[in-house]
Amino acid sequence: MNSSDLFQETYSALLANKARSFLTILGIVIGIASVIAMVSIGQGAQGTIQTSIEGLGSNLLTILPGIVQPGRGIVSAGRGTAQTVKNEDAESLRAIPDVLYVSAEHQRRFQIISQAGNNTNSTVIGATAEYVSVRNVSMDRGAFISDQHNRSMARVAVLGPTVAGDLFGSDDPLGKTIRINKINFKVIGILKAKGSAGFFNPDDVAIVPLTTMQKILAGADYLSTIAVTVSDKDKMPEVQARATELLLERHRVAEPDFSIISQADILGALTQVTTTFTIFLASIAGISLLVGGIGIMNMMLTTVTERTREIGLRKAIGAKNKDISLQFLAEAVMLTFLGGVIGVALGWLVAVLVSQFAGIATSVSIQAVFLAFGVSAAIGIVFGYYPARQASLKNPIEALRYE
Amino acid sequence: MIVCKGITKIYKNHSAGSGEPAIETAAVKNATFDIRDGEFVAIMGPSGSGKSTLMHILGCLDTPTLGTYLLDGKDVSLMDDNELAEIRNQKIGFVFQAFNLLPRANVLRNVALPLVYAGAGKEAREKAAADALASAAFPQNFWGHLPNQLSGGMMQRVAIARALVNNPSLILADEPTGNLDTKTGEAVLHAFQKLHMEQGRTIVLITHESYIAEYAERIIHIKDGEIIEDGKNHRRRLVNNI
Ligand SMILES: Nc1ncnc2c1ncn2[C@@H]1O[C@H](COP(=O)(O)OP(=O)(O)OP(=O)(O)O)[C@@H](O)[C@H]1O
Ligand SMILES: [Mg+2]
Repeated sequence: MNSSDLFQETYSALLANKARSFLTILGIVIGIASVIAMVSIGQGAQGTIQTSIEGLGSNLLTILPGIVQPGRGIVSAGRGTAQTVKNEDAESLRAIPDVLYVSAEHQRRFQIISQAGNNTNSTVIGATAEYVSVRNVSMDRGAFISDQHNRSMARVAVLGPTVAGDLFGSDDPLGKTIRINKINFKVIGILKAKGSAGFFNPDDVAIVPLTTMQKILAGADYLSTIAVTVSDKDKMPEVQARATELLLERHRVAEPDFSIISQADILGALTQVTTTFTIFLASIAGISLLVGGIGIMNMMLTTVTERTREIGLRKAIGAKNKDISLQFLAEAVMLTFLGGVIGVALGWLVAVLVSQFAGIATSVSIQAVFLAFGVSAAIGIVFGYYPARQASLKNPIEALRYE
Repeated sequence: MIVCKGITKIYKNHSAGSGEPAIETAAVKNATFDIRDGEFVAIMGPSGSGKSTLMHILGCLDTPTLGTYLLDGKDVSLMDDNELAEIRNQKIGFVFQAFNLLPRANVLRNVALPLVYAGAGKEAREKAAADALASAAFPQNFWGHLPNQLSGGMMQRVAIARALVNNPSLILADEPTGNLDTKTGEAVLHAFQKLHMEQGRTIVLITHESYIAEYAERIIHIKDGEIIEDGKNHRRRLVNNI
């Protein structure tokens, strides 16, 4: 029996039972479609997180006081309490080759009040001029904090668009005075909107000179973050190692009392989380695929029983066992393959609709599509094998006598 | 071509449930006979005498419980499933008591089915099927019909055409006229007679009616599974004009 005969036999057998074939295919369609849709939602989430982290600056090393592990949070000596990283540490890091910029930062939440009486509770960051280059921010209007501002401990502030909107509405904040922790600051610039990074909104900030922050607002001499940009992505591990060595030496400790996190670490940790999430979604969808597969087996067993006389006849006129099993296996695989094709299309459609109407990013990958086809064909073979074998092992005489 | 020595077929009936001993039915008992190439033999006997059982053994569909069956000199009981399937496909043409046509396939495809398993190409299959339908005197304008759109006599002829399509050396026909009126029955017998006389095929015709058996050259009488008489048919009938 050649493949075109086999195809024709299969086609006519499935058409002979349109309703039953349709319902069986539907089981597979739902299974495959939900796998595709779920995986696309998981991968979409992964993509969103990835781009937002890359948006923070790619060749970035972040030095935090205390021990912090990305994805697990603060392990010991929390960020708020650890005071181990100092301004001099930031200065010393400039000596490391391939370090481009060093941004020393001290951040804290304060109540900010406008003269009109509007107020907001936002993150206030004490920063230097290098903040702009390190954090990839750009100005919408006005100017950023300069070195001069830092030297003179100027009481000036740059507002993120969210803070500007909260305090001034549609008015122009440039040149106006705001009160942070009961101290007056003059607004000298507005940042361009960056959009939320998921867990931290870079637009909901006010930036003041680092010296002003440490001496006047917080009364503290330590830093909450040092952000370092490295000239080349490949130099990241080397710079990270040297910075660790340098800070250990400066702090005169054997075990680090600080953490150096690269973007790769954060990305890796979050990717792990979203991968787990994707696998979780896919396995729930996989269960419906399994149910679809059982539907295939059920239909094939019924078909084999119904067509016992046909099997007997085919054997009587010369069909070998493998011809019979191939015929029924082909029917099962055809069902699941059709289910796979329709399921991929439907799953894709669901993914598009979800991102359109629910605003969740989705991404249908080619791998997922091929995997779905492979899985659906495999289901046909796995769940079709037993019925096909039952068919092929029938005794021709008994099959012909079957009523 | 056929040599049967002491062929016996015993069916064990496992009565459902309980531990009662299985009931054994001997459908064929110690049958010994030869059939030569090109012979036209009728096997005759009352209902339940074991005719169909014997035909299934001759057609390599079933194996005897005891005894040896040599087909063209080869012992059938030593063959595996695949070898038996190949023999059925190439050497034997069956006409079953119930026609056993595929309901989903039209006449032409039904007739061509044995050639599908022989691995023949589509064109060769259709040509052979057309020839076979012509030898079974099946009207051409019904070739595209499905079996359930045909009369019993037509279905019988499709079944005969299917038995001829692979050019078998042995044709086994189980009550081929059982469902037919005298006239269509005669047409079918005429087809067999032609195959025998013009093409020299070996034909084994199974029937319970002596008037049908009389078209054969030789009649084997069977009763309760035993051969009770085996000899030349001295009152041979011929179908002349159809
Ligand atoms: N699968 C089977 N299991 C048990 N007994 C069987 C089986 N097949 C046939 N028999 C028995 O074997 C005997 C012969 O049956 P067979 O079908 O060969 O008769 P037959 O001569 O063809 O009859 P008919 O003219 O009615 O077709 C019968 O008694 C029948 O009951
Ligand atoms: Mg019978």
